[in-house]
Amino acid sequence: MSGSQWELPPELCCRPMAFVALTGLDVTYNAVHRAIWDAFCANRRADRVPISFKVLAGDHEYPKCRTKRTSYEWYIPKGILKTGWMNKHLNLVPALVVLFYELDWDDPQWKEKQSECATKVEIVRTSLQGRNTKVAVVLIQKKTPLPPGEDLVASERASSLCNACDLSGKSLFVLPHTDHLVGYIIRLENAFYEHAQTYYYTEIRRVKSHKEFLNKTTHQLLFVRHQFKIAFFSELKQDTQNALKYYRTAYSLVHELRAHETNMLEIKTMAGFINYKICRLCFQHNTPLDAIAQFRKHIDLCKKKIGSADLAFEHTAWMSKQFQSFGELFDEAIKLGLTAIQTQNPGFYYQQAACYSQDRKLTAQQLCQVPPAGAVCPIPDPLDTPTGGLDFYGQRAWRQGHQSIDPPDPEKERTGILALQIKERDVPHSELIIALLSNAVAQFKKYKCPRMKSHLMVQMGEEYYHAKDYTKALKLLDYVMCDYRTERWWALLTAILSTALRCSYLMANVKDYMTYCMELLGRASTLKEEQKSRIEKNLLKVLKNEVPDAEPDCEPSGSSAAAALWKDRMALSGSNEFSIEVQDYVPFIQCKARFLAPSFHVDQPIQLQVFLRADCPHPISFNKLSVSLSNQCYNQWCVVEASGQDTMLLTPGETSCFSFNFVAKTQDVGKKIEMTGIELMLGSGRWVFLSWRGAGGDAASAHEALQASRSARPRGPGAGARPEGAWDALTIQHSTMIISRVPKISVQLSHQPPALNNEMYCITLSIQSQEEGVAREVRLTAGLKPGQDANLSQATHVTLDRGQVCDASDPALLPDIPLGDLNPGHKVEQRVYVRCVSTGPRVFLFHVAYSINTSVDGQEIDCNCHKDETIAIETVEPFEVSSKFVSTKLEPLDRVVVDIPFVLMTDLLSSSPWPLLLHSSSLQLVTMATCTPHPLSQLEQVVLQTGECASECFCLQCPSGAEANGTVATGQYVISWRRHKCPSVVPHYENSLPSFGRVRETLPVRYHIENRTALVQQVEMAVEPSDAFMFSGLKQVRLHILPGAEQQMLYNYYPLMAGYQSLPQLNISLPRCPATDTHTLRRFLPQRIFVKPQGRELDDASIAAA
Amino acid sequence: MAVCIAVIAKENYPLYIRSVPTQNELKFHYTVHTSLDVVEEKISAAGKAMADQRELYLGLLYPTEDYKVYGYVTNSKVKFVIVVDSSNTSLRDNEIRSMFRKLHNSFTDVMCNPFYNPGDPVQSKVFEGMVSGMMVQVS
Repeated sequence: MSGSQWELPPELCCRPMAFVALTGLDVTYNAVHRAIWDAFCANRRADRVPISFKVLAGDHEYPKCRTKRTSYEWYIPKGILKTGWMNKHLNLVPALVVLFYELDWDDPQWKEKQSECATKVEIVRTSLQGRNTKVAVVLIQKKTPLPPGEDLVASERASSLCNACDLSGKSLFVLPHTDHLVGYIIRLENAFYEHAQTYYYTEIRRVKSHKEFLNKTTHQLLFVRHQFKIAFFSELKQDTQNALKYYRTAYSLVHELRAHETNMLEIKTMAGFINYKICRLCFQHNTPLDAIAQFRKHIDLCKKKIGSADLAFEHTAWMSKQFQSFGELFDEAIKLGLTAIQTQNPGFYYQQAACYSQDRKLTAQQLCQVPPAGAVCPIPDPLDTPTGGLDFYGQRAWRQGHQSIDPPDPEKERTGILALQIKERDVPHSELIIALLSNAVAQFKKYKCPRMKSHLMVQMGEEYYHAKDYTKALKLLDYVMCDYRTERWWALLTAILSTALRCSYLMANVKDYMTYCMELLGRASTLKEEQKSRIEKNLLKVLKNEVPDAEPDCEPSGSSAAAALWKDRMALSGSNEFSIEVQDYVPFIQCKARFLAPSFHVDQPIQLQVFLRADCPHPISFNKLSVSLSNQCYNQWCVVEASGQDTMLLTPGETSCFSFNFVAKTQDVGKKIEMTGIELMLGSGRWVFLSWRGAGGDAASAHEALQASRSARPRGPGAGARPEGAWDALTIQHSTMIISRVPKISVQLSHQPPALNNEMYCITLSIQSQEEGVAREVRLTAGLKPGQDANLSQATHVTLDRGQVCDASDPALLPDIPLGDLNPGHKVEQRVYVRCVSTGPRVFLFHVAYSINTSVDGQEIDCNCHKDETIAIETVEPFEVSSKFVSTKLEPLDRVVVDIPFVLMTDLLSSSPWPLLLHSSSLQLVTMATCTPHPLSQLEQVVLQTGECASECFCLQCPSGAEANGTVATGQYVISWRRHKCPSVVPHYENSLPSFGRVRETLPVRYHIENRTALVQQVEMAVEPSDAFMFSGLKQVRLHILPGAEQQMLYNYYPLMAGYQSLPQLNISLPRCPATDTHTLRRFLPQRIFVKPQGRELDDASIAAA
Repeated sequence: MAVCIAVIAKENYPLYIRSVPTQNELKFHYTVHTSLDVVEEKISAAGKAMADQRELYLGLLYPTEDYKVYGYVTNSKVKFVIVVDSSNTSLRDNEIRSMFRKLHNSFTDVMCNPFYNPGDPVQSKVFEGMVSGMMVQVS
């Protein structure tokens, strides 16, 4: 027997098909015969009848039929099923023998040929002596037969041939060798199939007929055998429903057998066979649930039937095989269209098979220790049989056919068991287990069970470890480790890591060994303190280039081999530097780094902190810590190295902080500096670089930070009492922005909005330097802020030249106007003129840039600073012009008469908030003539206040030459105007107001009113109440201010609400100067103020920063 | 009675696992971990159907040769897993349900503790005691 004695025999696993033997065909030398044979065997698809054909010689010897037993009275069966039986009926004993013979009906030598044919039939009959096998004859003819009944010769000769051969007419066939060969063949094989069916039917009847001779005491085995045979014949007959029925009976009968230690294996083997058949048929009938139920029943019945205790491994091997073959059946059914689900798929059966194989390995290890390791197989080998195989399935080679409870010869039994144990010892258990596990992995992958898959892969890895294939073991374990790490199942991770550590130790793989050590020492490991301590000692040894102690669970032989490997490794110089990426693990040294601020001004030193913390039980020293940044020129500033002999020490459970400072380069302004990696150097004799990508952190730190942030515990500076929380709450700031230096200049804009359409609007810009050094190359960019409506840039023109009205050629934005250098404390003024030719709001940008030298940390740097101011200016129409025609009596006219004078009246309605000075106006006539020889402008030097209207009349006359009843053009009315500066009327107001207030804190506000006119001004002031403030001070007052004098008004406002609040409205009116309306004055007064809520002291800094 | 009781966080890491001390603890860890495959599948299948009226009790997750594994998912996606011995046929579905209900109530009490930070391992003694009561008593 081969090592795979548990494999199911192939004749059991195949689909039984009727066996038909073809004789008289010479397929080697005869082309016609070859074609016929090919037509039989080629293209056997599902639509063809299930027959297995075989070409046999005419004088082929069929298996001899034993003489039929007439009585079972004294017969004691030797076993359940003979090993050769199924094969015999599948491949050796045909249901039908077909004799092919070339003979045409009109053959000239008919007589001779007929008798030759009869002889051949006779030969076949003789060799089938005692069998019920049918015989049929096929005549191969060259001519196409005539329709039946027409060929009288044919029918006559056919019947004579039938007589000669002793055949029924149904068993004689004609095969014309013409074009339609395949069609004829298909008809032939259908006829063969019917004959085969009849044969198997009679066989079933024959077996059934034995039943009456049996008795229950001595022939129990035969009951099973007969049921099995009937079922098998039914299958051959393609009657699967009945086959299933008989198999089920056989199955229940097999469990009724008296079981004892000597025949347990036989019973289980047969039960397994029958169960296999039942499940197979159930799947074939598309009743998978029946198959599963049968299998469960089978397992439950057989689980406890262990048999001989000395051969317990046989039971587990058998169980494993049961699960495996069921899994295969299931898988096959799925390939044929069955759908499986996540919780019921072949994977579970493969997994269970693997599980039993593992049990088998364990029991084998226990039981096979009994024979001394050097024991050789007893001679003669009790497993050898004279025939080289067994007569009955599931029997012992040394006592075949023995059916009583006690073994016939205890000595033979002992050596037999010993031989089996020795054989078991050589079975490659791990290979079997791994194969089953990988089958299961493939299934679970298909049915969306990633965790089950990982679990099985761990088992595979462990099995490879037991099989001493450490490379494969590590590969598998490494693959799944990260799944367990990301899911945070630390107990499982620790178990896997421990196996991996042993593998890497036995292989003397230094880098992996250290990596696993580091993770096992880390906080994710659930190992006990003393184990951690042992591992750390080993790690320290490796770091010193020494041989580590053996892992405790390794077998001694492996350990000594490993120690030798380690010595070799140690002697090897040159490969003593290792770089280990620890980001994706949970290493025993944690690292977090941060820039102290998300951004730094270029004139500040950049500060960066690295925190380290060791989780191992003993302190660990390191030699060097370095941070690499995205701009490598800064790396030199971020290194700390142990000087000389003393190294830096990390104490377990304490956080060590390392700070670095450096000055950014001015060309990096506006760029981001990122930490690209942190490297920590450990070791003496062997150097290990632990490297973190980015700014530290590892596979577990993100979650810890999240938990820390969720925690209700107080954090921040006060949490020092809980170092755990403080460490977890440390956030990583991996990048910082370098921003330009804060400019120390003030830019003030003064102008008088709104702008009037078409006017040259003047904006005065004053730049005052508060720098300590000279601000060099001050440049101003002024104009329309880019990014607004595209039409605005066409309708806005900016110039520095007030001498002339700017036109379309002037740009909307004047870039880089040089203003020279600015000394400390000095001030420069620049006027910019803007002409807006359309109304609407615009945003103007004033960008002042300069460069200055400054020193940071003793380093001189040249930085560029800039300050932006934007203002929004509304442009409005200054006035509206309308005109109308009236008669000389001022009656409205809608048409004018030739030669009769009339009056053109123009009205100019000011809508400007500013007084307008009309410089001149003129009428440029086209066809009309004026009645006054030199018309003077009546509006010259008129000042127009808001809402006022200026009118002008021109007396005109239409010349006679003009076309009657036509329209005539009058002419153009040109007005030249400008804003009227009222230099002396408006008093000057100033107020001192803090930049913000705070709820329920007094807010003193002082208004300064200065009379800059030459007259004594009477001023009326009143304060309107506001919801947001209470206030004290003069509510309504009337006072006089002397020329050049100043009056101060002090109010104490008391804010009640936070946010942007409107101040109590101060109304000022000048009764002597009604032109200055209160709205104009209000422009100078602050309208709103930001009121802060009443906060705690702590918040001050943060709001100020905001 | 149970041989293993586990509480699994929303993110599928264990908050609490307790198994009978007589057997290999690691094996139960693996059993609970692999059962999450089925839990996830069931949640996603139920999530599509009716998010609100989902039954918390998931029933038998999968049978192994030796154990039966039952699952339960709270509305906040915290999972409870109870493993019972396959040979223990006296336990009915109803009893498993009531075990889960007890477990859920007790876990709710743990969550109500202001000093408990959700997501941290459960260390409550009351919870521990309640679980002990549901475990197979090892004499």
